[in-house]
Amino acid sequence: MWVVNMIEISQLTKKFDSFTAVDDLSFKVAEGEVLGFLGPNGAGKSTTMKVITGFLAPTHGSVTVDGHNIATDPIAVKSLIGYLPEGAPSYPDMTTLEFLDFIAEVRGFTGEEKQRRIQKVIDDVELGSVCHKTIDTLSKGFKRRVGLAQAIIHDPKVLILDEPTDGLDPNQKHHVRQLIRNLAKDKIVIISTHILEEVSAVCSRAIIIARGRILADGTPKELEARSAYHGAVSIRLTEDFDLPAALAGDPDVREIEQVGDSGRHFILLPVAGRHLFNKVSEKSQNGHWPVAEFHMVEGLLEDYFRHVTQDSALANAGSISTEQQG
Amino acid sequence: MNKMQIIFQRELAGYFATPLAYVFIVIFLVMSGIFTFDMGAFYERGQADLMPFFNFHPWLYLFMIPAIAMSLWADERKTGTIELLMTLPVKLSDAVLGKFLAAWVLCGVALLLTFPIWITVNYLGDPDNGVIVAAYLGSWLMAGGFLAIGSCMSAMTRNSVIAFILTVAICFVFVACGTEIVLNAFAWAPQFLVDAIAALSFLTHFDSISKGVLDIRDILFFVVFIASWLFASAIVIEIKKAN
Repeated sequence: MWVVNMIEISQLTKKFDSFTAVDDLSFKVAEGEVLGFLGPNGAGKSTTMKVITGFLAPTHGSVTVDGHNIATDPIAVKSLIGYLPEGAPSYPDMTTLEFLDFIAEVRGFTGEEKQRRIQKVIDDVELGSVCHKTIDTLSKGFKRRVGLAQAIIHDPKVLILDEPTDGLDPNQKHHVRQLIRNLAKDKIVIISTHILEEVSAVCSRAIIIARGRILADGTPKELEARSAYHGAVSIRLTEDFDLPAALAGDPDVREIEQVGDSGRHFILLPVAGRHLFNKVSEKSQNGHWPVAEFHMVEGLLEDYFRHVTQDSALANAGSISTEQQG
Repeated sequence: MNKMQIIFQRELAGYFATPLAYVFIVIFLVMSGIFTFDMGAFYERGQADLMPFFNFHPWLYLFMIPAIAMSLWADERKTGTIELLMTLPVKLSDAVLGKFLAAWVLCGVALLLTFPIWITVNYLGDPDNGVIVAAYLGSWLMAGGFLAIGSCMSAMTRNSVIAFILTVAICFVFVACGTEIVLNAFAWAPQFLVDAIAALSFLTHFDSISKGVLDIRDILFFVVFIASWLFASAIVIEIKKAN
């Protein structure tokens, strides 16, 4: 299949005074991808999004969207993008309908086409009940949905959502994710989040950044596979049994982790690249272990996320102390 | 419909969607009434003109206009909507102009609603209506000057109260530098400097327009003044929007 690189970011750096928010970031996003932007607070997620959408000018580097450079042709880029800024800002004195009408007009729609589009997003995001309420009287969830509605009203090729589900209840979250999945087919979607289950739920690709740098880039499955828990097995026993002794000396078992205080629930971590399931299953049958429950553990994105972001923090702290010594 | 017009309409509708426009207009009318009839001695003068009405406009505007201008950009930054506005396919110049024009039209509406004073003076005597029209035009241009300063100050901060105070202070400079007191204080200076200071004042240009002298230079002063401050607004927004 011909893959079109809709967004190309090369060597993007953004500094605020002496603070470097985004540090030499390069990546490409192709049509049809849903890219999850992961990172701890202050990692540079929002700043990167602000540069892509043309709100901030980069200190170095370039951003092109569908061949248009944001620096030289900002209006063309902005026309292609639908953007939900962090916190979903909107004009508090306007009613939902007035606000969407304003956005639709700015996006160049008039007459029946405008009405049709407003009606469609109101249906898609379920805003029917709050059409005539002023936005400052709406709940956080509704405000977020109004923000989402304005971002998709022109059916943009690129949808950039900064923490789209922040502050929503579980049902609303589910609904918004469904919506994002439906929208994603012929678009690029970039969402930032620190809810990791969201990445597994909606994203086809995830980038983990911290301190303005990319630490990992891959499908959620690939990143999970890099977790220490990848290939691990969970065992729960019916009675006391010395599991560590039974597995002692096994070259494939890296670590035995106890879960809870019962002393009967363990997670066995494999040496990287090994799978324990078959082997341990066999052993337990041969050794007549009192097994109540035995299953494979999926790699944990959360574990991997903590692993890479904390490592980078440590590495950074280390470099600072060496600088001081020097 | 062009983008500036869309923003203009949204802003203007915004003024009337909240009590702001009504409060502004009512206070403006009450204050101009007090200034004209009480302090300006409209009746006692026994002259059929609106000089007492227009003479107080610079001082009335000094506090009224910054109250409108203060929220132009400060509120956008405070609520974060500036990020929304600046990522829509809208040129910055369209946004700056659209917002300014909406506020300016609001001033114009307030000014037009002072028409009972014009009817009164026509009922009582036989004024030169050409002079009055010129003075209205001059007053509106001057309001634009105040507003343009306010637009720039509002872009400086996300706190609209600070924007208000800054605007009042700078507007005061541009009003006061035409008064006798200030000009006398520069008596030691060479004449061209005194003239230059006087030429920067709203008072100098407004006085001649309000006497019915529609000099192109006075009109040009206000037009260039407004354009410069709006240009400065755009630069300030560009620099400060990220903070």
